[in-house]
Formats: sequence, C-alpha cells, structure tokens
Amino acid sequence: MEQMDIEKDLQTKGLILNMGPQHPATHGVLRLMLHLDGETVVKCTPYVGYLHRGTEKLCENRTYISALPLMDRLDYISSMANDVGYCVAVERLFGIEPPDRAKYIRTMMCEMTRISSHILWLATHALDMGAMSVFLHSFREREWLLDLFEMITGARLTVSYPRIGGVRCDVNREFLESLYKFTEEFPKRIEEYETLIDQNRIWLQRTKGIGVISARDAINCGLTGPTLRGSGVSYDVRKHEPYDAYDQVDFEVPVGKNGDVYDRYRCRMEELRQSNRIIRQCIKKMPDGPILADNSPELDMPAEGHRKLIPEMSLSHACISLSDECESIAPAGEFYSAVEVPKGELGFYILSDGSGKPYRMRLRSPSFVHASALPRLCRGHMVADVIALIGTIDIVLGECDR
Amino acid sequence: MEPTEIAGLLKERFPMEVKEVTEFRGQVSITVKRERIKEILRFLHDAPELSFDYLEDLCGVDYLSKKEPRFEVVYHLYSMEHRKRIRIKAEVSEDDCAIDSVVNIWEGADWHERECFDMFGIVFKGHPDLRRILMPEDWEGYPLRKDYPVEGPEEKWRGFVEVLRKAEDFKKFELKG
Repeated sequence: MEQMDIEKDLQTKGLILNMGPQHPATHGVLRLMLHLDGETVVKCTPYVGYLHRGTEKLCENRTYISALPLMDRLDYISSMANDVGYCVAVERLFGIEPPDRAKYIRTMMCEMTRISSHILWLATHALDMGAMSVFLHSFREREWLLDLFEMITGARLTVSYPRIGGVRCDVNREFLESLYKFTEEFPKRIEEYETLIDQNRIWLQRTKGIGVISARDAINCGLTGPTLRGSGVSYDVRKHEPYDAYDQVDFEVPVGKNGDVYDRYRCRMEELRQSNRIIRQCIKKMPDGPILADNSPELDMPAEGHRKLIPEMSLSHACISLSDECESIAPAGEFYSAVEVPKGELGFYILSDGSGKPYRMRLRSPSFVHASALPRLCRGHMVADVIALIGTIDIVLGECDR
Repeated sequence: MEPTEIAGLLKERFPMEVKEVTEFRGQVSITVKRERIKEILRFLHDAPELSFDYLEDLCGVDYLSKKEPRFEVVYHLYSMEHRKRIRIKAEVSEDDCAIDSVVNIWEGADWHERECFDMFGIVFKGHPDLRRILMPEDWEGYPLRKDYPVEGPEEKWRGFVEVLRKAEDFKKFELKG
C-alpha cells in the first residue's frame, strides 16, 4: 500500500502544549499555551503576571526619591538605565537641569548597562539555540562590567545610583582608566562572539527568515528598541528625544532589513559597538564640576555635600514628615517621558498633584508590549522556533509584570 | 504640525467632543468625551498630515473625589513620520464604566486595555479577549483604584489561603519506621 493511502485513514487531533511558567528558555516566569497541529503552532496564548508586585501602586504611596529603588527591580539586568529613565522623567516634570558632569556620567553608565544587558541577551539566546560556548565567553565581559559597577555604586545589579538632578557619587580616575581599558579590549571580544556563531550553519538556519514582522506591523504592535529596528524602522529615543548627554556624543542607530531573528541579532551586535563608542567619547569629553544640581529636591537620600537633616530626626522620618507637611513641593501637572533602555522604550507617565508623592505613576515597559506580540510572531512556526522568538524579543518578566 | 495646531484641528473637526486643551512643559493634552473616541483616534491615525501610527501607551487614571467623571483613559500617541507626540484623555464615569476598544486601530492596544480593565475595571467594548492579565483571574476588586488599600484586601485571596492550608496539611505528615 502506498504511504498516502495509509495516512488517509489516520485520525489527527490538535494538541495543546503548556510551556512554562518554569522553563529555562522563558527567561523568568512566562507561561505559554501552544495550540499545535503536528509541530506547527496554530495559536499561542501567553500568560503573564507571576511577578506582579504592584510597582505603580507602591509609587503612588512613596516620595519621589523613595520610589527610585523600585525602578531597579523592574528590569533587574539593566537597572541603571531604568533609574536614569525615572530620574530624567522626574527632572523634566520638576524642571531641574542636572550639571554636565552628571549627564556624562549617566550616559556612560547607561551604555555600560546596554552592553551588559545585550551580552547577557546574546549569551542566553545562543544557549537556547544550542550554542553553549558563547555563554561562557560573554559572561567574562559581563563580569568585568559588573565589577566596574560595584567599584562605583557598591552594588552589582540593583545600583540605585542616579539621583533626581544628578548622581549619588563621583567617578574616580581609577574607575575611568579601568573602563577605558575595557573599551579598548571590547571590540575584539565582539568579533570573538561573532566568529563563534556568524558562520554556524545551525545558527543561521534557525535565525534567518524566522519570526518576520514588517515595519508597518511592528509599529502597529508597539514594538520598540532593537526589536523594531530589526524591521528597518530607525526609531531611537536617544536620537529623537535626546536626554542627558546623548545630543553631544556621536553614534549611529543600526537598522535591519528583513525583520527576522537574524536581523535583530545583527542590530544588537552593532549596538554593542556603538555603545562602546559612546563610552569612549564620554570618558574623553567628561567635564569637571558638580555632580548634583543645586535645586535637586531636598527630600533626597544623602548625597555628597547635600546632606540636609532636621536635628533629632532620622533621615527617613525627615523625608516622610516633609512630604506630608509640604502640600506644594512639586509643580502640579502631567508629563510623559521616554528613554531608550536596552530592551526598548521605557516610558514614565507621571501625574503630579503638587504633593511630595506622584498622584499616578504609569510605567510603559517594553517587555510587556513585546510579550504581547508573541502570538503574532509564533503563528505558523515550529515549537523549536518559539524558543528563538522568546529570545529575540528580549523580555524580562520583572519589567513585564511590574 | 505642532501639537497645539493638532488640538485646533481636532476642535474644528469634532467641536462637540473636545472638552479641554491643556499644555504643560510643552506637552499638549486634549480631554475628550468618550462617546466618539474611536472616531477621533481613527482620524488621528489615518489623516496623512498627522499619521499617529504608534500607540506609545494606554492607561487609566482614577480621580476619586477630585474630579467628575471619576476615571480617565489616557492615550499617548506618537507619529513615527512627523516625530510628534500627543496625549488624548477620554473621560469615563463610574456608573457606566465602559469605553470603545481601539484594538482595531492599533494591535498593540490589546494588552494595555486588558491591564486597564484589570487595574481599574474599565470595560473596553469590542475587545476580542477582555480578561484580567496581571492579577489572578478570580481576583476581586481593582487594585489601582484610589479606594483600594495598598496593603491589599483584608480577606486573603482564595488561591493564597489554599496554599497556606495545604502547607499546614503537609506539616501533619509523620515519618514512620
């Protein structure tokens, strides 16, 4: 009997596969319900919220400065960029202009975060696809960067380093020299990563032409960051609405063409080089001067030279009683401010009623929007490609669930 | 076109709908009635001189005892072509807590609307799959409303009580032999 004749009488049935919430490739606690036809995904339904901590509600009940450590815990692998984003948003709302040195320090730190986030992405993405060695190589550089963070901020991941109107402490010469050495070394290391996977047949077959999304659809879905730029849209908040010192440094925004997994990978690799370039410029151009603005809010945690305490009162007491007593310490109004974090556009919509606490704080997190595009990207692909697609949109569930 | 001009254009086109135009630090927000919100947003999306093709954000705000109507749904629109941002605010009352969904215009609105429903209880009419997203499906109350306590409801969530009870039950296990 012919093969076809046998298959004619076979009964087929759709299959529902539950992936997650605990799965090594979901980068956190993401649960996917996959409706399968054979090995092809017909429908994919993501479930999020396992890491929901109510950050927005907590912010409404805290002073502006005491909400800062919460921002570290959104996207815990690029905490510096979140903090800077939050401080920029509050500064724009309050009308505070940080000094130049602080701006350069923050820009430099943001780009260091971008590098550390992108190489972690590369490591785990390649690991998911079966390329183990990239993981070991890229963690070496990530460790270097985290040590540099620790040197200045005292913390490796949850740094809480920027302040509203500047930064907490100054960088020293030793740090800058060490960082400069890193930037000299790093381009060679990027090439090293590329030699590991660029000509790997399996890598190419699993990334080329997978998860294609057109520029129009990507914008319509609200994708941002390298995920959007892989589709050929040159949208980068650093270029179009510069904050900190981004308008004073020279860099390019790499864009892809086809909008597939491979192009997004290329975009991120180019971004590593551009970030490296920005850091070098920042070190060279960094002016001397103060690191905190004079009109930085007094309800601040101690910063060098700006320590203001009511006698016989602990710091936390002073903060709380000041924010309760003063009815109008912040200007009343609303502001939406966006920054480019490694994952995409992180937006803060702050509604102030004039008191020391935000009336409403809304966090527009890129991971949340990217995760919502998963059903669209997965449709018609194989189960194995779902792993590649979760990797390519670069989500962190701490930020997704807030 | 500058944001203030866009506000003028919108006023001309929908004179009955636009209630208020405010500006703060260069950002323009336009408060509108909710009845024709879909038409207004469709116009902003489609008109070639505006082409707000990217919905940056959609969220709810609760003005408990500060303002009537109680809720607002805030849309942040951005035009990739013209590099302009505008904020549209639609008022939603507490008695009839519903507004038209804009998923047909921006696909990215899907999860934002679900979150807004989850957190404020605002119903989005015409949404294909309006369920809770961040909170458990059988959660009671809407956490981001101002009358919802920060520490949560007094009565613990059913799922959590179950976990505690199970943990107690497992403790009763005794090793033998």
